[in-house]
Amino acid sequence: MQELIRAKEPFHFHTRLHLSELTGLRATTLGQLLTLIKTVPGASIYHHTHRFLQQHQNLSPEPPNDFAYWVTEILGDDELGEKLASINVIQYSTIRNLRDKIASTIEEHLQTNAFAKLRFASSGEEFHFMKSVSFVLPTGCSAMDLKEFSENLRKITVDSIYFHIFEARLRLERGENDFSNWIENSLGDKDLANEISSLDPYTQTLENLRRTLVRIIDKRMGL
Amino acid sequence: MATIEEYIPIVGQSVIDDLRLIAQKLQGKIIQNINSTAVGGGVAEILNRMVPLLKEIGVDTRWDLIRGGEQFFEVTKKFHNALHGSSEIITQHDFDVFMATSQTNIDEVVIKGDIVFVHDPQPIALIKKKSGNKWIWRCHIDISNPNQKVWGFLMNFIDKYDSAVFSAPGFSPRLPIRQFLIAPSIDPLSDKNKDLPQDVIDGVLRKYEISKNKPIVTQISRFDRLKDPVGVIEAYQQVKRYIDCQLILAGGGASDDPEGAKVLEEVKERAKKDRDIHILLLPQNDIEVNALQRASTVIIQKSLKEGFGLTVSEALWKGKPVVASNVGGIPLQVKHKYSGLLCHSVDGAAFAIKQLLNSPEYAKKMGENGREHVRNNFLITRHLRDYILLFLSLFHGEDVVYL
Repeated sequence: MQELIRAKEPFHFHTRLHLSELTGLRATTLGQLLTLIKTVPGASIYHHTHRFLQQHQNLSPEPPNDFAYWVTEILGDDELGEKLASINVIQYSTIRNLRDKIASTIEEHLQTNAFAKLRFASSGEEFHFMKSVSFVLPTGCSAMDLKEFSENLRKITVDSIYFHIFEARLRLERGENDFSNWIENSLGDKDLANEISSLDPYTQTLENLRRTLVRIIDKRMGL
Repeated sequence: MATIEEYIPIVGQSVIDDLRLIAQKLQGKIIQNINSTAVGGGVAEILNRMVPLLKEIGVDTRWDLIRGGEQFFEVTKKFHNALHGSSEIITQHDFDVFMATSQTNIDEVVIKGDIVFVHDPQPIALIKKKSGNKWIWRCHIDISNPNQKVWGFLMNFIDKYDSAVFSAPGFSPRLPIRQFLIAPSIDPLSDKNKDLPQDVIDGVLRKYEISKNKPIVTQISRFDRLKDPVGVIEAYQQVKRYIDCQLILAGGGASDDPEGAKVLEEVKERAKKDRDIHILLLPQNDIEVNALQRASTVIIQKSLKEGFGLTVSEALWKGKPVVASNVGGIPLQVKHKYSGLLCHSVDGAAFAIKQLLNSPEYAKKMGENGREHVRNNFLITRHLRDYILLFLSLFHGEDVVYL
C-alpha cells in the first residue's frame, strides 16, 4: 500500500432525502409538454430527469428519464423517445442547459414530423409535472485520507453517493462531483479526480457505482 | 405490533438511521393527526401503524378524532362518492348538516399541535381554528374527476391550509397552496405481507382444492365491477386455450354490499363450467390472501378505476410478476416492462399473462425488479420518511433544504 496523503480539509459525507412536490400542471400533447418544459421551475426538470435513478436504483439498465418514458410508452413516439433517452446528461453542468437541450430536441422533432403533433395521451395518462424538494443533512461520517474515504464509501447509503455525485454537480452547479473536487483540491491527486469525473454515473445502478468507486480508490492505494 | 427495529433486516440499518436523524429535526414539535374514525377504513389503518412508529423514533405524535352523528356521516359519505366522480345529488341541506357538525367540532376539539395533520374531508373545517401553527390537509381520495359543487365547497377550506397531500399525480389539482405527492404503503410485517412457511401456503391450497401442478393466475380484490372480475375471466379464457392454467378470484365485500353480491353471482355464472376457476370469498383473512398471492405464478389487477391499488405492491413485494391496468396509482407501482406489464383491455391482459407464463425467466426478472421497487418506494418506512419530510417542509420554502 502506498503512503497515504493527509487531506488539507476533511471530506464530510452528507445525505439527501427528497419529497415530491406536485405542481398541478399536466400535458396531453407534445406541444403542451414542450411549453411546460420551457416554463416549469428547474426543480421540476431536475425531478423528471433524475427521479428514476433513485426510485429504480436496483434496475440495470435503469429506465430513461420521465420525458422519454412518457413519449415512448404513452404517446408511442419511439423515435423521439430514443432521442430524449439518449441525451447525455453528464455533458450538462446546469439544469438550464439540460432544459434547453430537452426543449430543442422536442422542438426539432415537432418541426420535422408532421404526425408528432397529432399524438395525445388518453385520459389518466397525462404527463404530470412535479418538483423535487431535497433535504440535505450531514451523516456524521468524514475522511481525512483515501483509506478513511474508501471505508466510508462502503457503508454510507446510496442516497449519500447520489447526493455527492449527481446533485452536487448538476443541481447545486458545483461543476464537478464532490468526490473529485475533494480528491483534487484537498488531496492534490488530479489523476484520481479525473478518473472519477470521467465515469458516466447515469448508465449504472447506484450500488454498481459504489463498487466502481471503491475499486478505483483501492487500486489507487495499491490494494 | 412490530417495532421500528424489526424493519432493519428488510430495509437496512441506514434507512432506519436516516429516519432517526430527520426525526430529531422535529424535536419540540407536536404533530396532531385528526380524522373521523379510530377503526375501520384505510386512514385509521395507516394511523394505527404510523402513530406508534413516529413516537418510537422520537416524533411527538398525537391522534384525535372529530365527532359526528349519523346524518353528518351520511353527508360525508355522499361527499366522498361525489369526489370520486359518482353522480350524487348534493343539496344546501347537506352543506348545512356538514357545517353544523363542523361547528360543534370547532368548539370542542382542542388543538395542541404545532403541526395539525387533517385527514380527508370530514374534519376539514377545523382549519377555522388555525392560529400561528401549521396545517396540512391529507386527501386520501381519488379526486381526478370530482363533483365541482363539492370540490368548490371544500376549496373554501383547503386554501387556508399551508399544504395539501395527494396519493397520485393524477389527483393533483391546481391549488394556491403547496401540494405534495405521498403514496400510501404496505407493511411488510403485517399478516398480509409477512413471509409464510411453505406448509402454510400448501395448507391454504389444499383447503381450496387448488392444484400445485398448474400455473396459477390470481386477482385479489372485492367483487366490484370497477375491479372487472368478469374481464379477468375473459382474459383467463383466452390464455387457457394455449396454456393449461388455473384462475383464482379472491376477495371479500359481498356480504354487506348488495351490488357486490350481484357481481359475485355474475362471476360465478361465468365461471361455473370451468373447474380451474376458483372463486373465493375471504373477508378479512389476511394470512390466506398472503398465501394465495405467494402460491401464484402471475398476479393480475385488471381494475377499471383504482384509488391507489396497493394489492399491486403486495404482489410485487412477494416477487410476483404482475399484469395490471394503467389506472389510478398503478403506474406508480408498475413501470411497463420493468417491474410488470400494464394493460388497457382484456386482450392486452391475456397477451401479457401469456408472455409471463411462457417466459419464466422474464417473469422472474419482473418480479425481482418489482420487489426492489416496492422495497425502495412503497414500504411503511418510506411513508414515515415522507411524512417527516413533509412536516419539515412547512418550515422551509426552498427547493434545496439544508438541515
